[in-house]
This record gives sequence, C-alpha cells and structure tokens, in this order.
Amino acid sequence: MATRCVDRELLNDWHIVADQESLSQDAPFATRLLGVDLAVHNRSNKIEVVRSDTGATLKSAERYGFIWVCLDKPWRDIIYIPEANEADRHLVNGGSIAVKVSGLRAVENFLDMGHFPFIHTGWLGEEPHTEVAPYKVEITPQDEVVATECKFYQPIASPTAKEGFIVDYIYKVIRPYTVALYKSNPIQKHRLDVITLFVQPVDEENCVAHPYLCYLKEGMEAATVRSFMQLIFAQDKPILENQVPKRLPLDPRAETPIRADAVSVSYRRWLRDRAVTYGAIPAQA
Amino acid sequence: MLEEARSRWHPIAATHDLQFRHVFHGQLLGREFAVWRADDGYVNIWENRCLHRGVRLSIGINDGRELKCQYHGWRYSNRTAGCTYIPAHPADAPARTITNRTFPAIERYGLVWSSEEPRGEVPDVAALAEGKLLALRGIPVNAPADKVVERLKAYRFQPNAAIGGEGAETIVEAAQDFAVALHSRDGGAETHGVFFVQPVDSNRSVIRGVLDQEAEGAARLAILRHHNERLSKLRDEVEREAASAPAPTPIEPVYERVSAELAEMPEVTTHGRKAALRVSVARKWQTADGIAGFELRPIKGILPTFQPGAHIDVHMPNGEIRQYSITNGPGETDSFIIGVKLERDSKGGSKCMHETVREGDVLAISEPRNNFPLRRDSIKTLFVAGGIGITPLLAMAQALKNQELTHELHYFAQGEEHLAFADRLKYLGDALKPHLGLSPDATGAELRQILADYRNGMHLYICGPGPMLEAARKIAADQGWPDTAVHFEYFKNTNKIDDSSSFEVALARSCVTLQVPAGKTIMQVMRESGIDVPSSCEQGACGTCVATVIEGEPDHQDVYLNDAERKAGTKIMTCVSRAKSARLVLDI
Repeated sequence: MATRCVDRELLNDWHIVADQESLSQDAPFATRLLGVDLAVHNRSNKIEVVRSDTGATLKSAERYGFIWVCLDKPWRDIIYIPEANEADRHLVNGGSIAVKVSGLRAVENFLDMGHFPFIHTGWLGEEPHTEVAPYKVEITPQDEVVATECKFYQPIASPTAKEGFIVDYIYKVIRPYTVALYKSNPIQKHRLDVITLFVQPVDEENCVAHPYLCYLKEGMEAATVRSFMQLIFAQDKPILENQVPKRLPLDPRAETPIRADAVSVSYRRWLRDRAVTYGAIPAQA
Repeated sequence: MLEEARSRWHPIAATHDLQFRHVFHGQLLGREFAVWRADDGYVNIWENRCLHRGVRLSIGINDGRELKCQYHGWRYSNRTAGCTYIPAHPADAPARTITNRTFPAIERYGLVWSSEEPRGEVPDVAALAEGKLLALRGIPVNAPADKVVERLKAYRFQPNAAIGGEGAETIVEAAQDFAVALHSRDGGAETHGVFFVQPVDSNRSVIRGVLDQEAEGAARLAILRHHNERLSKLRDEVEREAASAPAPTPIEPVYERVSAELAEMPEVTTHGRKAALRVSVARKWQTADGIAGFELRPIKGILPTFQPGAHIDVHMPNGEIRQYSITNGPGETDSFIIGVKLERDSKGGSKCMHETVREGDVLAISEPRNNFPLRRDSIKTLFVAGGIGITPLLAMAQALKNQELTHELHYFAQGEEHLAFADRLKYLGDALKPHLGLSPDATGAELRQILADYRNGMHLYICGPGPMLEAARKIAADQGWPDTAVHFEYFKNTNKIDDSSSFEVALARSCVTLQVPAGKTIMQVMRESGIDVPSSCEQGACGTCVATVIEGEPDHQDVYLNDAERKAGTKIMTCVSRAKSARLVLDI
C-alpha cells in the first residue's frame, strides 16, 4: 500500500527515518517515508538520504540521535524539546519499532489511558482499577491538542516504582504524527519525565514508532529506561496490529467514543480540521 | 458472481472449530467474523471488530457468557451482541444501543453457515441426510471460488469402505456456483461427497467437504488422510493455475456506521413509559414460599441487552404496570427471569401475576432500564438483600462471580423456604451468606458485623423492604461508609407525597417555561406540553425520570437519590419531586 501522500502538512514537515545507531558504514539503510522508498547513506560519517525513485538527495538533519528528512521544502523546524537540554536527564532512544498499522492509530493509542489495566496489566494499570476520571482537553494557541489533569492508578508506573500510586499525566499532540507524554517523576515530584513519540509514516498502513525519552537521571539507569519503554511498547504492538481497518477513521460515526476518549475525539477532529488524510479514512460527507 | 454470493448461505467454519471458550476467526467475501459458541450452545457470528476502537474480537476472551475485548475490556453479551459493561466508566450503564453487528448462524452438515444478507434457506442437499456425516478438514486455497469449483468437478476419490483401493468411479451428481456433489463407487462400496466452496475473498477459498457416512478409529483416519492428500494435490494445481492469472482485487468490506447518537458521547436515552416488547410466559413456577418465578421469552426476534441491576416494566392484563428486576446472569439472553412476591395488600400487581397470568400468556414489557448499575472496579463488593430484594442483587452477584471478582451476597429471609432461585444461589458457592429468621434487632446486629470493616475501594449494594434498607444505610453511614460507596434500590416510595406546592419550571434546552399547579407533577405538566419524558415506576423509586437541575431548589420526595445527591440539589425525579423555590430550571 504505497499510496503517495498529498498532504502538504506532512510533505513540508520533518520526519524521522532512522535512529543513528542503526546505521552502518558498509551498506545504506533502506526505509520508506510517506510511501517513498529511501536509502540512508552513512559515508564517512556524512549522512545522505536519497530517494530510490528519482535518485534525488533530500534535505536531511541529525537531531536527538535520529536522522530527519523532509520530502519537500520544510515549512517549519524540527520540534524543539526543551528537556533535551537539561544536563540531569537521560536522553534515550527507546528503540525504533515497526508496527503494521497507520501511525495515526499508534498516536491515538499513546493518548489512551483506558487500555492500561488490560494491555499493560501489572505495570501501567491493573483491574479492578479501571476508571478513567474526567480530564481536560483543549487546543493551545500553538494549535496543539493538550489533555491535562489526567490521573490513573498505576501499579508500577515507572522503572523504579515500588508500589502502586495515582499518576498524573499531561498529553500533548504536537504534530499529526508526533505526541508527547509528561509524567510526574516519582522522586522529584515537581518535575516531569517526558516521552516524545515520533511516528514515521512508512505508508498509510505501516509505521515505525521512535520513542525519545528525557528521564531524570536520579535513581535511574539509561538502560532501564529503554527496556521499560520496550516492554510497554511490545505490549501495545499486537493490539495495534489487530485494529480494523488499519487506517484511522475520521468519520465521527465510524467508531464509538466514550467520555474517556475525549482527547482522541479532539485529535480526530483536529486532524479533520487540518485536512490530514494520509493514514486516515476521511469522514463521509 | 460474488455480488450475488452475498445473499447466499456459505459455510464459514466446521462445527468442531468452535471449541469450548474459543473464538474462531471466520471470513466470507472479504469480511471477517468473530465466531464463538457460548456455554449455552448458541453460536455467535459477529463483525470482527469492537465498536469502540476497531480491535478484532477474534483475539478477545470468550468467558462462556460474554465476549470481552482485549483492548479496553468492553463486554458484549451472548446472542444480542450488546455491550454490557465499559470498565473506563464503572458507574455508568452503557447505552443499550451499543450493539455489534451480528450475522445469522445455522449449524448443518457438521458446518456452521452464515450470510451477509441471506435470502432463502441453507442449501438442502439431498445426498446428505442429517445424522451420520463426516466433515473433512477445511482446505484453504489461494484461488477464486469458481476456479476451485471447476477443479472439484474432476475430483476423484475412493468410497469410505474401499479407501485403500484404486479403481473407484467418481461421477458429478450436481454442480452449482459454490458446491459440487460427487458420487464414488468401487464394486459394492459407495460414498456421496459434497464439496462446498467458501468464498473467503476474491482470490481465496476454503474447500469444505462432507461425506455421507461416518467412520470410527483407524478407518476414519484413513479416510481423512485420503481426502487430505487428494485435496491438497488439487489445491496445488488450482493455485498454480490461479497464480498465472492476475489476482483479482481483494474485496473491501463495508463497515456500517454507528448511529449518530453513538457518535457523540453517550447520554441517557429518552423514551416514555412504553412497552415495546412482547413476550410469552414460557414457564411459571414457585421458586420460594410466596414468590413466583417467570421466564419470559420473546415472541419473535431476540431480547435487548440488559445489564445486572436492570429492571423491566411489566404491563399486566388488568392494566397495572409494575417493575421487576431481571435476575439473569451475564450472557443468558434467550429469556428474562423475574421473581414476583405476592404482596398481602396487593393493589392488583402481584396478585394478577400470581393468580391470573399463566404459562403461554403474552405480556407487554418495556426494554430493560438500568438505574442501579453495578461497578466492577471495587476491591470487594457486598450485597445486602432482604426478601424479594434479592432479584437485582442476584443478577449482579452472578456477573461478579463470572468475572471472579470478590463479593459476598448477604441474603436476609424469614426461613430456608423463603430463599428464591435456589439454582442461581447455588452457582454463587461460598459467596452466598444466608441470614435466616432474624428479628429486626438481630438483623441490625448482623448488619453491623457485616458492614464493620469498610476499606477504601469497597462498594455496598442494598435492596430490600424499606425499614431494612433504611437500617442498613444508617449502619453503613455510622461505620464510615461514604455515600458514594453505598448504592440502593427501594421497591417503592412509601413517603407521603406532598403535591400542594405550585411553581414554575423552565426547560433550558427546550426553551419552554411551564406552570406546575398543586396536584400535578412536573412530569405530567411536561407530557401535557408534548415533551417526551422517560419514566418507569412514577413514584420516585426507580430513577428513570431523573433530570438535571441548573437553577432553583428541588423539594425531593423520592427515595432514589442518596443524601449527598439530595444536598447537592443538581438532580430531581420529575415524577414526584417538586420545587421549594418559585422557579426551577431543568436541563431538558
């Protein structure tokens, strides 16, 4: 399903196509972005990303340990993550994970607390603590979808948690395929750990999730942060790959929302308003 | 041909594919099904996606009564496919209309049949008398159904009784678009074999062969192996042929849209006191001293989905309307079981049910309504039932038992002979705690013990006669149970209703202002102005007619709201309660 993307919003934006650590000097790294096959070359530490169809070299950049590409002229810069400049944080790539589903479904799953007791049983949730309390959703002046006052009971909310407690979350959808989660740190309670999920839209029905974690170092090893993220994501993957249809339906009547889905309802509406169609099934007139 | 195929019946599974508590992933014409057999034997064929977020239900959990979605734990009922519980909102009853798309299921010839839009019946195959048949292993083939049918016409096999031989003559007895009937003869041995071709998708099929004779042991194995080898060979040939032609485009299934109402955040549905369903009394029996059990079956179609705690209005032959709780356990959706206690001072309700209504009679009932929803996020649930108050709590206890959630059902009754629904009580095992023949004082003492150690996260559900319910609520409050953890349902409102006040009611959403005079209820006045108000008991006990108060001070006369809700003054039962202020503004 290598449909070409026509959404300017995506063509004129930056996307991650590789994790720097996965590149080799010997062979180009093959990947795909928005249905376009790409080769990432690492020639004597100079990165070059080439389109397989036209042979054209694309505008690329290196940031946060990832290789970034824009298929057209970038309208804006790569997302700025202030926490990535704080010296007392681990800056960790959570491992790039391919998922056979639209990246928009992966973003929506990242925004969802209701599945914690069922998919992340014993870690991010546990029956019978299944209630999703009301939370606030708004669109910021920067045109981001933000959910605040999210609370959920979690048995082992972070790699170092010893007991269950109610965790505070903030979710922020920054771009159509980029979403961040801010979570209270168990030791420095006034500071937040940040996970930004950059989703690479491989094509309409495939994505690679690149989680980027900015976790406070105190009491925490970088390897632990990474393995925790991988554990959690591995639990999501089989569910995401069993979503039918694979693309995210934007028609309000395609699926049944409940109050707990307020943020996903806003996300879908926000995608409709921005005319994002790639990886989506547009709303019926 | 495939377009026409939608209106036909096709096999989608073998009966033996539907193992105990299994969910089978079936496919027909590009559409996926979740196929599962409930413990009561009913075969459910559903669209293979949860209505919430599209996750395949074939990866869900079949607990014998309900199918639970893996993603968010939504539960869907056997038979009706209606959603009975949404864990993210444990205090709410899900909108009854959240119902998955179902497809018809018929078991015949050792196969399970279905159709998207069936016209007519499952094919009647003369060669296959019901009874002693042998269903072969389904053989999946990557080729269009018509190509497979063509090849099957030339399929050759040995009859069962000469399976080791070579010289059988096989002739085509009949051939249709999706089936070929063959007859094989070798000397005196003969076997009819009918080979149905299930069109899985435009380029995928399954051959489902059925032989007209059964076999046991080694003979059976030899027959299965014989066909397995020959059909596999046939498959290789068809697939080679199909691979040389361009593959047809896969069929895109059309998913029905959910109703406009469900596309928004669900709200309570509004409907008046209607009795849309017709049921017949399939069974009436004495389930305890003074208590009659009634099994109500639909006259046609299937009953709507219910949740534990729900009640129905029963419209009686004498014109009376009464509310009875559904006692069924989860997934028992072929009939509603209610219990009716003969009241000594009956005004015609229970008397009519006991004395006039007989097996075979037709009754009108309302759809189930749930104003007494059961949370399932409790660390421990206590049920306190008094007498006939057992009925809603029995449904709840069975639901928790089925999910293996911690609970105790304390059942207060005059004696052993007063305990109703013994079979259902037995299913609860040790969770059932009967308390028999206690005086009011002794009951109080017992309740104090039962309710002694409240912990955060526990919930209490009470149903019983007024005085006992009052006592239990008071004891719970005295022993530290917060209002939010105590849930109750009165049989009736015994408060003396004072309807002497007169006041103004403004309906904010309808933009109407009405005068409520003394002697009339808010509900009556609204209905006179053509505003549809849902209701059931109409005496302030059941909670169906609840409205949200935006402004003004309600004069509560109901027994549905708890003290905290009364004090908050944001809800009102429009069937009995009135206003203390000159004006009330309601969100209607």
